[in-house]
Amino acid sequence: MDSADLANLSDKLMLTTVVLYIVAMVSYAADLGFGRRRAEAAVEKKVLVGAGGPATEEPAEAPAEPVRRTDWARLAVTLTALGWLAHLAVLVTRGLAVSRWPWGNMYEFLTAIAFAAMTAFLVVLVRFNARFLGAFVTLAAVIALGVANIWLYDSAGPVSPALNSYWIAIHVTAAITATGAFTVAGCATILYLVRERRDAARAVDAPGGFWSRVPSTEDLDRLALRVTMFGFPVWTAAIIMGAIWADDAWGSYWSWDPKEVWSFVTWIVYAAYLHARATAGWKGRKAAVLSLIAFAALLFNFFGVNYMFSGMHSYA
Amino acid sequence: MTDTETEAGLERPAARRAADEPPRPRGIGPLGWLRWAWRQLTTMRTALILLFLVALGAVPGSALPQRPQAPERVTKYLDDHHTLGPLFDRLSLFDVFSAPWFAAIYILLFVSLAGCVVPRAVHHYKGMRARPPAAPRNLARLPQTATYTTDESPEDVLTKARAVLRGRRFRTDTGGAAVAAEKGYLGETGNLVFHLALLGLLFALGVGNLFGYKGNILLTEGKTFANGLNNYDQFSPGRRFDTSELAPFSLTLDDFRAKYELKGDKRGQATDFTGRLRYRTSPSAPEKPYDLKLNHPLKVGGAKVYLLGHGYSPVFTVRDAKGQVAFQDSVPFLPLEPRNLTSEGVIKVPDAQPEQLAFYAILWPTAMASSDQKQIVSGFPAPLRPVITITAFKGDLGLDSGTPQSVYKLEGLGKTLNPIKGGVKLLEPGESFKLPDGAGTVTFDGLKEWTTLSVNRDPGRLPALIAAILAVAGLVASFTVRRRRVWVRASAGDDGRTVVEVGGLTLGNPTPEFDAVVTALRGEPEPAETQTKE
Repeated sequence: MDSADLANLSDKLMLTTVVLYIVAMVSYAADLGFGRRRAEAAVEKKVLVGAGGPATEEPAEAPAEPVRRTDWARLAVTLTALGWLAHLAVLVTRGLAVSRWPWGNMYEFLTAIAFAAMTAFLVVLVRFNARFLGAFVTLAAVIALGVANIWLYDSAGPVSPALNSYWIAIHVTAAITATGAFTVAGCATILYLVRERRDAARAVDAPGGFWSRVPSTEDLDRLALRVTMFGFPVWTAAIIMGAIWADDAWGSYWSWDPKEVWSFVTWIVYAAYLHARATAGWKGRKAAVLSLIAFAALLFNFFGVNYMFSGMHSYA
Repeated sequence: MTDTETEAGLERPAARRAADEPPRPRGIGPLGWLRWAWRQLTTMRTALILLFLVALGAVPGSALPQRPQAPERVTKYLDDHHTLGPLFDRLSLFDVFSAPWFAAIYILLFVSLAGCVVPRAVHHYKGMRARPPAAPRNLARLPQTATYTTDESPEDVLTKARAVLRGRRFRTDTGGAAVAAEKGYLGETGNLVFHLALLGLLFALGVGNLFGYKGNILLTEGKTFANGLNNYDQFSPGRRFDTSELAPFSLTLDDFRAKYELKGDKRGQATDFTGRLRYRTSPSAPEKPYDLKLNHPLKVGGAKVYLLGHGYSPVFTVRDAKGQVAFQDSVPFLPLEPRNLTSEGVIKVPDAQPEQLAFYAILWPTAMASSDQKQIVSGFPAPLRPVITITAFKGDLGLDSGTPQSVYKLEGLGKTLNPIKGGVKLLEPGESFKLPDGAGTVTFDGLKEWTTLSVNRDPGRLPALIAAILAVAGLVASFTVRRRRVWVRASAGDDGRTVVEVGGLTLGNPTPEFDAVVTALRGEPEPAETQTKE
């Protein structure tokens, strides 16, 4: 297969990925809305205890039910796994087609971020059984892939010489990984804020309804924190490795390029969130809002900075 | 806030936690006010507000053009915005990161950080050397507990407990009928290292700004640059910079090569730039070759040399009315558009007799007709079919007036310098143009390329790198290592057997390590009856 065929295959696999994710998203939504009742308590416990060490208990197996009912959860997870594999194949074929790391332009970068977000989701799914996040993360991934394909699509080709460095494998990969993690944390934080308002209004969760499948505010908060605590050091490393690269490429390790400014802003606000989370009077709602501000800065760094300001990171 | 509610690595000492609203001072004198202000500054709330202000303050630095990066865009902004511009300028919004108010925020933040971290470091150092805290009276109230009975004597149980815990690298201490053990200091150490490394990073940035220098040069193929203040086109030294820091190196650009994508819809996109250099670290040192590329700066004499941009320098020979060679050199042209490098430049010939000559020229590296067939455009950035259009002027260049002139612009057009009638001509390499009225001839000899090089020296570079690595390492340690305490108490029971109580307290979430400790203590394969409280 020559590079044109591979590029073509990559584009076709992209379509497969998006379709699989959309169906998975609908299945997650169906699972949240009227899925089989599982032992929800066990799910919640796992979020609480399983973190940090090996899982201490498996979710209780669902009681045997009539076979004709659709198991939305299993369907959703299977589709997600298939979609993830197709997504991986999109990146691999694209990389082979262009003989470089497949994150050299905005299309490839956003595709990779969506992949990182799905990977982060699969990790929390396996580790903390956080299936309730599925509908939201797949939605984010579908939106990201949609934007990438509709507005940012770029045909396979070489990158500008400035990007020809092994640092692209390190710096950009770290940025992508952290962004993926922050996306999952952002989804959990939004759910936290909604749930918190609901709890404050003393709404009662209908048994088997949507909210009975979403963990308590405490667990959502904790999940968001855990994922952020993974993303934050990776983001820090991404910034530092970017600085090392900049020192080789631009002659200065820090020059307040708009992308650098916004990475810094994102970093500072996430740092504020982590500190607020451990401070009496700030934890909870205020900390969650800080986390969302940080996520907004992260998104702005991706879209706003590249399309509104001109700087040295303008590779689009 | 109790320990169990805190996440790993995010714990604060009492000073940061409690001082949410310290009592306002009343009649306590200036010293009291100072102490009050200090306590306010070092609270977490102040730190959070300062963090947020730093983030907020950085935003205009990305939205508005900044002087250190793009002075020409600042000038343009000031020209376009007559009311807002000067106001923004007075607020230092065109140089946010050197602005006094921005410095005030981050200095306050770092003072607040130091005020918190330094006492914590002392506290932590003492804690690491002190004996592990003695066992609480009621071990059953701890988050992790286990109780069992055994036939071993209490002394044997405690001896074994010490051995087991030491084997797991706990620090242990025996007091009364209990063993106290503690480990996981790396978490707090990492946290402190992270914060102190940030202070170090700020320091390194300052050192670089004070003692370093940065300069740009434009070098055409065949020319040599010697590192000296006068040879830079642009030079910005740090405040404490000393010319003796300019290492006496020199470099010659032999050849510059750009590679471009030749086909497909990315045709014309650059794929590689290489500048072939020869350099000497000092005038007497041997000459060494170097291929300068993007991402591969040349390190020489404590400085680094970077490839920045490139363009064309057409070579011209100008003969004056008397037939004398009045000018023969390459002239750097500046690109008018980045895609296909249509470039413009001027040739000044002050030595032409009887009148000085000047030329304005446009270069198309790959000349072709535009789609409407009406004008010439460049169709490719490489010089596949270079064509120059040249416009001749004669008169006075104004070079003797004493005011410095740009080498890229003609001064006094239409006043002292007038176009020669019929003095416009298209030239290909090797072609000559005989100026009307016998004013002279100009020959387009060929095309060379130039490259812009950035030379800088930043003594803060290495310290900054070390601080950054320490920061990440500290962060990871503080997020992954948790302080753990275990107490084992053994006492004689009513039935003559020994009752062993084990209690565990982990900062953050309980770890499975406690269960492993209990299992090892019992020396039995069956699981201990441990309890973890939520």
